[in-house]
Amino acid sequence: MGVKLLLEKANVPGIRTYDVYRREGGYAAAEKALKEMSIEAIVEEVKKSGLRGRGGAGFPAGMKWSFIAKPEGVPRHLVCNADESEPGTFKDRYLMEFLPHLLIEGLLISSYALGSNDTYIYIRGEYAWVATILEDAIVEATKNGWLGKNILGTGFDCMVHVHRGAGAYICGEETALIESLEGKRGNPRIKPPFPAIQGLWMRPTVVNNVETLAAVVPIIKMGGEEYAKIGVGRSTGTKLISACGNINKPGVYEIDMTISVEDFIYSDEYCGGIAGGKKLKACIPGGSSVPILPANLLLKTAKGETRYMNYESLSDGGFATGSMMGSGGFIILDEDQCIVKNTLTLARFYRHESCGQCSPCREGTGWMEKILQKIELGKGESSDIDLLWDIQRKIEGNTICPLGDAAAWPVAAAIRHFRDEFEWHINNRELSQTSNFGLQHYADPIHVPA
Amino acid sequence: MSLQFNNEQMTEFKSLVARYPEGKQKSALLPVLHLAQDSFGGWLPTEAMDYVASLLEIEPIEVYEVATFYSMYNLKPVGKFVFEVCQTGPCMISGSENIIAYIQKQLDIKPGETTKDGMFTLKLVECLGACGYAPMMQVGKIYREHLTKEKVDAIIAEYRMQVVALN
Repeated sequence: MGVKLLLEKANVPGIRTYDVYRREGGYAAAEKALKEMSIEAIVEEVKKSGLRGRGGAGFPAGMKWSFIAKPEGVPRHLVCNADESEPGTFKDRYLMEFLPHLLIEGLLISSYALGSNDTYIYIRGEYAWVATILEDAIVEATKNGWLGKNILGTGFDCMVHVHRGAGAYICGEETALIESLEGKRGNPRIKPPFPAIQGLWMRPTVVNNVETLAAVVPIIKMGGEEYAKIGVGRSTGTKLISACGNINKPGVYEIDMTISVEDFIYSDEYCGGIAGGKKLKACIPGGSSVPILPANLLLKTAKGETRYMNYESLSDGGFATGSMMGSGGFIILDEDQCIVKNTLTLARFYRHESCGQCSPCREGTGWMEKILQKIELGKGESSDIDLLWDIQRKIEGNTICPLGDAAAWPVAAAIRHFRDEFEWHINNRELSQTSNFGLQHYADPIHVPA
Repeated sequence: MSLQFNNEQMTEFKSLVARYPEGKQKSALLPVLHLAQDSFGGWLPTEAMDYVASLLEIEPIEVYEVATFYSMYNLKPVGKFVFEVCQTGPCMISGSENIIAYIQKQLDIKPGETTKDGMFTLKLVECLGACGYAPMMQVGKIYREHLTKEKVDAIIAEYRMQVVALN
């Protein structure tokens, strides 16, 4: 069993309630932070921990905190990003649903460190019952003196408010989230100014993912240096992985980032192997927007080395032969899955979720979906593959927010690694309607030059 | 204006607005639109949006542009129970297409349609964050996960029973 820092108590009966959470050692880190530590010391521990943003971008959390502006007389805000909408990702939901007080405790410590008296949890609208669980936890925490006025006699006031979104992937992007929290359409803002300077209501704001804020609790409890000893290199601490697709045991797993991808997929402690005894064909290891990898490049890097479940190893080889840790949304495709169809559903997703602000994304996502649909329906032409490639290139890097890149990458990676499957669809129009390209060579050992 | 929150809904409205600083009441727009949709029959007629605008002291256009942007707001009447079935990648590779086809057959409607008795609406939606429990659908405020044909039958029967019990 690996180290568990976040989900250790997830199976304790009643842990969702304040009493049980407290009895199990909950709010001890908050007590330590507010009573024994200075604000600078808390920020320092988070910096030392090497904690990287768990929402997908992996930006160092302590550094993000240190950017927040502190103009005299202007309120500052912490906003928790619980808009979890990246296909393949459902880890934050698990954490909030089963350990709501862990998040509240992390929010309290972080709000104290940042000087946020009104902290918001922006939760995706569909997680309505999870919002209720959080609201109940807030009431309990307030009753017990962990939220409200003059917390623990420190003079610090903090209230946490739940704000339900209404179905828009784009609101996971921090400036779109802020717009949405202001009661507007989720159109991302042009940066700079960054939220740390002008965010919610033009006030200094830090937006962090649920898992990032929950991780602040063990960091304060054990100290940043100890936390940083877990994991490897710049992948410190533990990471929640939501595993789904064609595996025996889909679910949310906490890993220390030293486990190999192969062990994660095949060990009984985690995914438990490919469902139905089938063969592994491909994997999208970090949420739908990161590059898909064929089995051979997933388990080993292009250099023939074992690939591990951490930021550095998953991105080894760059986009040419690697992928990304992303949000930890781990999607497994077995030998019977069609890459063209899978890419089409993702292209449709991004077309649906584009906010429409930037032409390359608004128009490009629609074109990509249409062309993929055409190929999938057995009407593709050989020029379509190059056209798709051309469109995705014209989206990437040419939009205000990263949704453009997120839409371009899955298409690019599918063509990069599975071009012959696309060609097969185009050259076998009728056959492709009744059968499947299958595994082919995608699991073959890669040739490693001596 | 005939559409109005009752006392209980008005209390809820006030508690939603109180979550934001004074003068920033527009921030409550998304939660208030949820409340309006739940209160006024599952969708947002123009009258409901105008009412929300007047309550929040903002222009009606500010409400329309938000209501049309977010996919959870229904701008047309819907059935008593809305089956929102996920069709994105992870659900697709876990068999959502068969479930969608089966629901269509059992209810005799296409995506976007409502059954003649006004009971069920079928809506295809994008990723709802339940990829590990696929295939799945959202019905009202809850998720129905690990769907099979048998489960779909049981769910449809369950909602039919609910209505019978209410009548």
